[in-house]
Amino acid sequence: MTPALELAVARRIGEFDLDVAFTVESGISVLFGPSGAGKSLTLALIAGLMRPDAGTIAINGQVVTDCARRTYVTTQKRRIGMVFQDGLLLPHRSALDNVALAVRQASGRQARRAIARSWLERVGAERFADRRPGSLSGGQRQRVALARGLAGEPALVLLDEPLSALGSDVRQELRKLIRGVIMSSGVPAVLVTHDAAEAEELGDVIIAYDHGRVTGTRLVERPECPERPQGAPESTGPV
Amino acid sequence: MKWEHKTGRDLDNKQKAAAVSVVVLLGFGLGFGAAHLLEGYIAYWDIVSGPFLLSLRVTLAAGAIAGTTGVASGYVLAKGRFPGRDVLETIGSLPIILPPTVVGYYLLEVLSPGTRAGGFLTRVTGHVFVYNASGCVIAAAVAAYPFCLRAARTAIEGVDPLLEQAARTMGLPNWRVALQVTLPLARRGIAAGLTIGCARALGEYGATLMVGGDINGKTRTLSLAVLDSFTTPERDTMLLILVLMAVIAMTGIGLLGRSRA
Repeated sequence: MTPALELAVARRIGEFDLDVAFTVESGISVLFGPSGAGKSLTLALIAGLMRPDAGTIAINGQVVTDCARRTYVTTQKRRIGMVFQDGLLLPHRSALDNVALAVRQASGRQARRAIARSWLERVGAERFADRRPGSLSGGQRQRVALARGLAGEPALVLLDEPLSALGSDVRQELRKLIRGVIMSSGVPAVLVTHDAAEAEELGDVIIAYDHGRVTGTRLVERPECPERPQGAPESTGPV
Repeated sequence: MKWEHKTGRDLDNKQKAAAVSVVVLLGFGLGFGAAHLLEGYIAYWDIVSGPFLLSLRVTLAAGAIAGTTGVASGYVLAKGRFPGRDVLETIGSLPIILPPTVVGYYLLEVLSPGTRAGGFLTRVTGHVFVYNASGCVIAAAVAAYPFCLRAARTAIEGVDPLLEQAARTMGLPNWRVALQVTLPLARRGIAAGLTIGCARALGEYGATLMVGGDINGKTRTLSLAVLDSFTTPERDTMLLILVLMAVIAMTGIGLLGRSRA
């Protein structure tokens, strides 16, 4: 089976040196580590928002970055979905239009909005479909952002600390939602967090980061889902 | 002496007659005055309506041209990464700094069929751009352009680049990011620049005089008509009408800017 993501990249920013390699299969892979370890930088490289100095990135078998061959696929053509820390919803559009804008698989406006509405229902955000992001709470915004990240049928969804700006109650509620929606959608995900409990609850695989290096990889045992995700790596190193 | 409030019933006949006389006289006076003024306005309307309507048409056309080119070039200057961007903005802003007559002189050099550039332009397009409404529009557009350019660049640079990045992760091509994210988020600044640009186009005088001439019924805009009104015997009334019309036009432009924002 083709991995959802194969990555081996290096990037230097000032004194910080990122040099990581890992593979992501199905389910949710969590990049876990302290702030400044290079987790969000890795997501930016996967999304094509930044370019690595060296290395390759392949999404669903398609090479999107290959520094040696000067291959670089633009962000728009990578078929990724992304959920940002503070949502980054477009403030001049309603929640529904924010999601509809991300729908790639339909051409007509009505069709796109119908798909967007169904995604808002899946994340429990249909009640505020017509509201602007400015009038939504942090948790509501992240629900919409999750719907937007998945609505375009991406090959891979990236979540950059999606819960870190929220209160503990909302965070707990959204953890369940994120895991449930992503697993039911079947879209492989890479999630960044520095919260150990969050990593345990959300991840199928935890990839530990420190100082720009992968220090270990571990499978998370789940009573309700004992079999590990297809092609998940064996545990390595201390996590 | 103690003052007492009197109602109509308390007034005696002499007082009633005096009050009625005053009201009637006032009514006649206002009526005659209004009729006289109206007659004057109607007489002057024929003279003023042409410049007024021409100014509105010129302002709208110049606003459309300056708005489109100003936003487009403001976007390129805000987003482009090439050397000399600030130099280009300075060149684009020259009509603010240069005296309008100098701008008019350069425009004549470029547009007049008698010059090398203007002759070429006339041959290629088959159209003469001086001493007609086209000349007025070009002069007004050149005057309005720097305001649209500078406001658009500032407003576009003020848009959060993370929102544009988020739009790219949704698969939107760059032209859709520009049209559906960047420009809508910069709309207030752009509308403010467009409003000032239109106001500047409406008030354009020097370059319009040189490129359009001051041909009555053809290229005489409101601004030119204000000067011309000094030569008429009823210049005060004429000036009042022109100023009122300018205020009306300005208000319209201001409302346009507010509604777009």
